[in-house]
Amino acid sequence: MTISYESIIEVKNLTKNFGKFTAVDDISFDVKKGEIFGLLGPNGAGKSTTLRMLSTLSRPTKGTASIGGFDTVKNDMDVRKLIGIVSEKMIIYNRLTAKENLWFFGSLFNIPKETLTKRIDELLELVQLTKWKNAQVGTFSTGMRQRINVIRALLNMPQVLFLDEPTLGLDPQSSVEIRDFIKKLNQERGTTVIITTHMMVDADLLCDRIAIVDHGKIIALDTSTNLKKIISGADTMIIKLEIANLTPDMTAAIKALECVDAATQENSMQLHVIVHGEEAFDSIVDTVRKKNGKITSMANLQPSLEDVFLHITGHEVRDSADQKIPMEHGPKFGGSQRRIR
Amino acid sequence: MIKMTIKTVFSHSFRIAKKDLTELFRNRLGLILLIVMPLFMMVMVGFIYPSNGTVTDLQIGLVNEDSGFQNSTLPSQGFLTGLYAINNQTHMLVITNVSSIANIKDMVQRGDLEGGIVVPANFSESMMTGQQGTLIIVTDESNPQISATINAALNGVFQGMGTVIARQNVAPLNATNSLAVVRPFNVQTQGVVSGSPSYFDFIAPGIMAMTVMMSVMTGLPVAISQEKEIGTMDGMMVAPVNRLSILLGKTMAQTGRGLIQGVIILALAIGIFGVAIQGSILLVFALLLLGVFSFVGLGIVITSFTKDQETAQMLMMTLMFPMMFLSGVFFPIQQMPWYMQDISKFLPLTYAADALRKVMVLGAGISQISTELIILIGFGVVMIAIALPVFRRMMTR
Repeated sequence: MTISYESIIEVKNLTKNFGKFTAVDDISFDVKKGEIFGLLGPNGAGKSTTLRMLSTLSRPTKGTASIGGFDTVKNDMDVRKLIGIVSEKMIIYNRLTAKENLWFFGSLFNIPKETLTKRIDELLELVQLTKWKNAQVGTFSTGMRQRINVIRALLNMPQVLFLDEPTLGLDPQSSVEIRDFIKKLNQERGTTVIITTHMMVDADLLCDRIAIVDHGKIIALDTSTNLKKIISGADTMIIKLEIANLTPDMTAAIKALECVDAATQENSMQLHVIVHGEEAFDSIVDTVRKKNGKITSMANLQPSLEDVFLHITGHEVRDSADQKIPMEHGPKFGGSQRRIR
Repeated sequence: MIKMTIKTVFSHSFRIAKKDLTELFRNRLGLILLIVMPLFMMVMVGFIYPSNGTVTDLQIGLVNEDSGFQNSTLPSQGFLTGLYAINNQTHMLVITNVSSIANIKDMVQRGDLEGGIVVPANFSESMMTGQQGTLIIVTDESNPQISATINAALNGVFQGMGTVIARQNVAPLNATNSLAVVRPFNVQTQGVVSGSPSYFDFIAPGIMAMTVMMSVMTGLPVAISQEKEIGTMDGMMVAPVNRLSILLGKTMAQTGRGLIQGVIILALAIGIFGVAIQGSILLVFALLLLGVFSFVGLGIVITSFTKDQETAQMLMMTLMFPMMFLSGVFFPIQQMPWYMQDISKFLPLTYAADALRKVMVLGAGISQISTELIILIGFGVVMIAIALPVFRRMMTR
């Protein structure tokens, strides 16, 4: 499916306050028809709130959003006909069978009986759960339940599918299945997909464009490739460093170096360091040597989205306590990339 | 267009109600509790409050201090023989001989006795010299209920025995009808309906009304906040479904649940506790539905103000408890102080329970309960008028 130039979602100055707390802070973006659009950011960044406003579940404090030309507040009923949601909390009733669940939600869309029956059978077949259709969903594995949850959102053949952390709590196998299914859906039916995630892999593998969200704001929006160029296009490098006798003292010393933008410890021996400048390698080696460290390997890595996030925000997506304030030596943006607000 | 909308609203709400009830029926433990809860309530409340004055086996201490008159203790012996004779028939008392009043007090304090009878030293003397013979009833003030019961029971027995003696005394005067001389009045008690209604007849209508109305008032907030918490509410909210349908569907399901409980209580009341329904059973169900209607608004308001299930449940308990006792379900309102009676007048449950009792126990028809009907309808309409805008606002937060 090729992405058209026509916007299906238009978001203008969308803001949501909960009391004094601003969950979503004046964001604007467009999503093209047929696009898979990712909202990437740590928990509490405002991704889910944005999604809830777009799917008519929450009323914006300020700003507007429209889907297929319908305003999410004024024409909420029209918007609802066009969308489907899969949220982190599964929308299925455990005491109903798979079929009963699908029937119930399908009937809320006023789909004619014959059409709905046919569609349910097709969707069950699509996720290979046909033989379980008369079993209560509560007896299913998490992966199976998520598959039912996903096809539940497809009963009305939505033009836009909202996915809020769809792979959260799933085993890797099920995550891959769900990811493939979303990709297939997008390619075969041209369904526009908006996905929120804090999983870099999901975002990297699925999304045509990614908006990096932090503290209620979009701080970068581009394709995965372009986002990575923020790092590789500049004099920034990703170094994987393995030190046999790594001590916290050493880690601290490395972090304190002027050329180090961010450093995270992967395990007892490995450090993941984002550096800039020509002398970076030398400075790190000198520092480790001075502390009597024994370097067993040192590699220059391809930047991942995780690095991009780390580079831009100065903290990890996992909201690690191990933060380095980026303003110490100013934001390092390479090339033409600038913060997009 | 409008007709279509109404049709859609109803068809959606039926689906939601059907879904809720399917879930309910698949929840085995929940179903069992649905039956057990009213059974417990009936059994406990019904048996704690004895149906009439027939008390048995009261632990009574007897002190006979009678010193006699002219070497004769005939009057006190006669009294005691009479007392034992009566008690052998009624088994009202378990009599223990005690040496002194102080001992009775001691045994009451230890919980061995519930009261006492004292025949004073001058009993025979008074009786044989043409004076009144004094009898003392000792009661345990820490338990007003029991002490009142003992007082009434013993008074009755003593009066009866006194009457026998009096009849013997006046027999020479008027041999044909000595009873009319001694007791000029013959007092009889007659109920409005035939038979002898028990306490169950009093509480069964009240418990029915309460259970049905409470199940809507508690069930609605809990059902809605539960779906909000597990996230399934979003699934309904994101479909093109009128918010009214969600509310209506949930209300229908909870009403269904309440009515099922109501029927169980009715069946238990008739089958196990021997309650007879004097009035129309259709009117009974109509009243239960009207009770539900009057409570729906309140349920919705509470739903709108509670964010999670736990708060909903706690708020419900807080409201339910006073309502249970102030609405005359377990205790007659007339027993309460005036300010409590005034509060009870603002509770719809009072009227529902009252009307239901009139229909079930007294066989009243619609015309006799018109006041209650008007109040219930009025309360329902006002509460729903308040609740709907509040609910709409809550749903699109």
